[in-house]
Amino acid sequence: MPRLTARLMAAAIFGASLMGFSSLASADPAPDMQNWDAVLKQAKGQTVYWYAWGGEPRINDYIAWAGNQMQEKYGVTVKQVKLADTADAVSKVVSEKAAGVADGGAVDMIWINGENFAAMKRNGLLFGPWVEQTPHFKYVDVIGKPTTINDFTVPTAGLEAPWGMAQLSFFDDTSRVKTPPRSAQALLAWLQTHPGRFTYPQPPDYMGSSFLKQVLTEVVDDPAVLQKPAGDADAQKVLAPLWTYLAKMQPLLWRDGNAYPANGAALRAMMADNEIDIGFSFSAAEVSAAIANFELPDSVRSFVFDGGTLGNTSFVAIPFNASAKAGAVVLADFLMSPQAQLRKQDPKIWGSFTVLDMDKIPPADREKFDALDLGVATLSPADMGKVLPEPHPSWMELVEREWQKRYGVAP
Amino acid sequence: MPKLLKYAPGLTVVLMVGPLLAGLLGTVLPAFGYLPALGGGQASLAAWRALFAQPGLLISVRLSATTGLLATAISFGVVMLFCAAWQGTRAFDLMQRVLAPILSVPHAAAAFGIAFLIAPSGWIVRVFAALGGWDRPADIVTVQDGWGLALVAGLVAKEVPFLFLMTLGALPQADGERTRHVALTLGYGRVAGWFKTVLPRIYPQIKLPVFAVLAYSASVVDVAMILAPTTPAPLAVRILHWLSDPDLSMRFMASAAALVQLGVVVGLIALWWGFEKLVARFGRGWAEAGGRYRCEGSVRALGAVAALIAAGMVLLGIAGLAVWSIAGFWRFPDMLPGQWSVKLWLRELPALGDDVINTVVIGGAAVVLAIILVVACLEREQRNAATSRPGRGALWLIYVPLLMPQISFMFGLQVFFTFLGLERTLVSVVLAHLVFVLPYVFLSLADPFRALDPRYRQTALCLGASPDRVFWRVILPLLTRPVLAAIAVGFAVSVGQYLPTLLIGAGRFATLTTDAVALAAGNDRRMIGIYGVLQTVLPFVGFGIAMLVPAILFCRRRGMRRDI
Repeated sequence: MPRLTARLMAAAIFGASLMGFSSLASADPAPDMQNWDAVLKQAKGQTVYWYAWGGEPRINDYIAWAGNQMQEKYGVTVKQVKLADTADAVSKVVSEKAAGVADGGAVDMIWINGENFAAMKRNGLLFGPWVEQTPHFKYVDVIGKPTTINDFTVPTAGLEAPWGMAQLSFFDDTSRVKTPPRSAQALLAWLQTHPGRFTYPQPPDYMGSSFLKQVLTEVVDDPAVLQKPAGDADAQKVLAPLWTYLAKMQPLLWRDGNAYPANGAALRAMMADNEIDIGFSFSAAEVSAAIANFELPDSVRSFVFDGGTLGNTSFVAIPFNASAKAGAVVLADFLMSPQAQLRKQDPKIWGSFTVLDMDKIPPADREKFDALDLGVATLSPADMGKVLPEPHPSWMELVEREWQKRYGVAP
Repeated sequence: MPKLLKYAPGLTVVLMVGPLLAGLLGTVLPAFGYLPALGGGQASLAAWRALFAQPGLLISVRLSATTGLLATAISFGVVMLFCAAWQGTRAFDLMQRVLAPILSVPHAAAAFGIAFLIAPSGWIVRVFAALGGWDRPADIVTVQDGWGLALVAGLVAKEVPFLFLMTLGALPQADGERTRHVALTLGYGRVAGWFKTVLPRIYPQIKLPVFAVLAYSASVVDVAMILAPTTPAPLAVRILHWLSDPDLSMRFMASAAALVQLGVVVGLIALWWGFEKLVARFGRGWAEAGGRYRCEGSVRALGAVAALIAAGMVLLGIAGLAVWSIAGFWRFPDMLPGQWSVKLWLRELPALGDDVINTVVIGGAAVVLAIILVVACLEREQRNAATSRPGRGALWLIYVPLLMPQISFMFGLQVFFTFLGLERTLVSVVLAHLVFVLPYVFLSLADPFRALDPRYRQTALCLGASPDRVFWRVILPLLTRPVLAAIAVGFAVSVGQYLPTLLIGAGRFATLTTDAVALAAGNDRRMIGIYGVLQTVLPFVGFGIAMLVPAILFCRRRGMRRDI
């Protein structure tokens, strides 16, 4: 008898511990997007787990600030789940779908764009549409910044809310580079006289692939074909100029193209180590911030190509099974507000350009945007030059695969 | 207690088998086309065809195999040579003292530190650059070399201390010191005598750790991402990239690749095992031939230099990280930063309280569970030794997590815990850690436990003590050192877990490692330095305790002191 009691007690303790620790959220009904007050009411008291790349302390601080604002204004708690790779968030949602978790999922919001968005949309892993019904969406510059509704040419269809603009910009150490090359061809010519002093992260890294896309957009005969899926055109013929260009560039790269940096951020360390003279990033403000952060020498400056550089938008999306959909919607709306966008564009905070239309927002807010001091090494939005549209994701997949075949295995 | 003991192997297998089968199925099924969540509803070999069409696949496989084998062989050789040449000397004592800090440095942090040492713009070159007045690093490949030698160096630097710790745990059971003395008295050289008499008794005890080193080295991801070549990368790294590909259909191919990876590891272990049999066969003749090998000065020097290099790389590496963590702008070829700043430390430290608590709670719970289960299993095995050899077959299962790339394992594990409704709970995170902690605890402890002279137990039983009393008063005290070492190893393993913590805990439990890995993505050496140092501190406390406690406990017991 005592033994049975002991066993029952053990079972009870085990069960209780499960109950006690279990924090599985109950089902959250889809918010009624036609009634914003109801959305706010539903959001109150919710906790939003926001899966976001966590590699940059400045960005983490901004997200923490947004969380505090959400708590004050709407009673919504925001917790950032810091990721090294957005794919981990996608993986989480896929595993939940595999386990049949149709609601009460772990991920409430993901910082996302491009191929990850296209894949989640295609596999039905996103909640929505909800974006166009949010109050602040009316300020978004969908005409002047078409990438706010076309993510790498894929229509967002109200499944993800824009929250920042990114545009490829280059940076050079002005103490080592006299006249920076202002086109892909000029870069190649410069590299011929400075062999080994430039490289790009190894595709399929996001930044490495972006560089290839930039070159492709410049050297292709007719850039318009890149806006349509690759299957519609004679892909081999379209891509031929890119391979001709790379055939000349590869032997001139850092380490003769036998080794590559892992990601875009690595280029900054290579500048400080005097391994390369020219780097690039998707955030012009990054340079000023990196100088302030001792990562780059203060002789580094940004520049762009004369013919324009690739630009895109980063977004936030809500998985189909999120536990706090209303809270996530309210958070996304707050991130599009002039207040949040202004702080985001401030280079002392982050320096990511706004998605809003300066002619649509209230004049008082516009003045604040105009008054921002962008820092020595950062180009103003006006100096960033022309924004080139991202090619359709299918082109990227083709280029990455072909690159792997040609250069992924060292001779 | 005998009643409870009966359930130990069963409980261990139950706790491990669910996650293990789930992890395995989560890899095997997609490899053959089954993953309904992504539209894979039928068996197919498409994933395999796609995999074999990957450029450079064979080179990746070869790279994994050669670097894994080379790193294991060198690590094993260095440890054995060092022990043979220096056991019982002050150099040996000194090495034991620096062991704790070296073991505590996480693999990735060590790799990062080593990369900064050996890169063409790294610390070693800077010494010469400062003298020679170069302002531009040579454009040559050192880190990420095509042969994977930088990777081998990084692995050796971390595996030498691990194997050394395992050997230290085994030496008393093998009666190494007395055996060595007898060999010396018979006129054998120090090294030859050790290899002929002590090694044959030590090796069976450290065989499992050696296999673990082999499996780890051939499937490592974090160290390889920093030090291994990328054109192409070793197989495990490519699997990670495929699993992270935005194109979700790549997951099928990645699963097939994970099975290939499993095959590579199993094949390497078989190869090592075959080689071991061969050596045993010919080594016997060599040992019996009676050669004394008295001239061994250069061999001893080699052992010392090799051990010194291995230890030095890690220590200098972590020193480099520490300097980076307080560096202002630091340009090539300066040996030290031009400016210093503690700004980042001041920003990071206040937010770390919860991280540290989570890390300690999860690691502590997992390791306590693991050690209880492992000790119970082993104790039961010993008590039943006379009648049967139960449980050993099933217990082999627990090594599966060591043989497979963790990343491929995670998918099934996530589905499993989500099914149970346990995902996002502390319980599930601890259980997930247990899956990876328990094998290391088991392999750290199993051999010393089994090698304990059975006459201690028999004598105590004959004196009338109950089996339980024998366990608490005789067996456990005798095994204090390996038990504590196993706990410290298990805790260090838990502290280092990234994916299980992030994915099973669904981001609800931030630890030092989850934050460190996320921040490392930003590639700022200062942040990597800060977290590398912080990640080293907790395991250091663990290893420190594991080494100090026996020293204090046994300071009056000559027979239990390590070097006697």
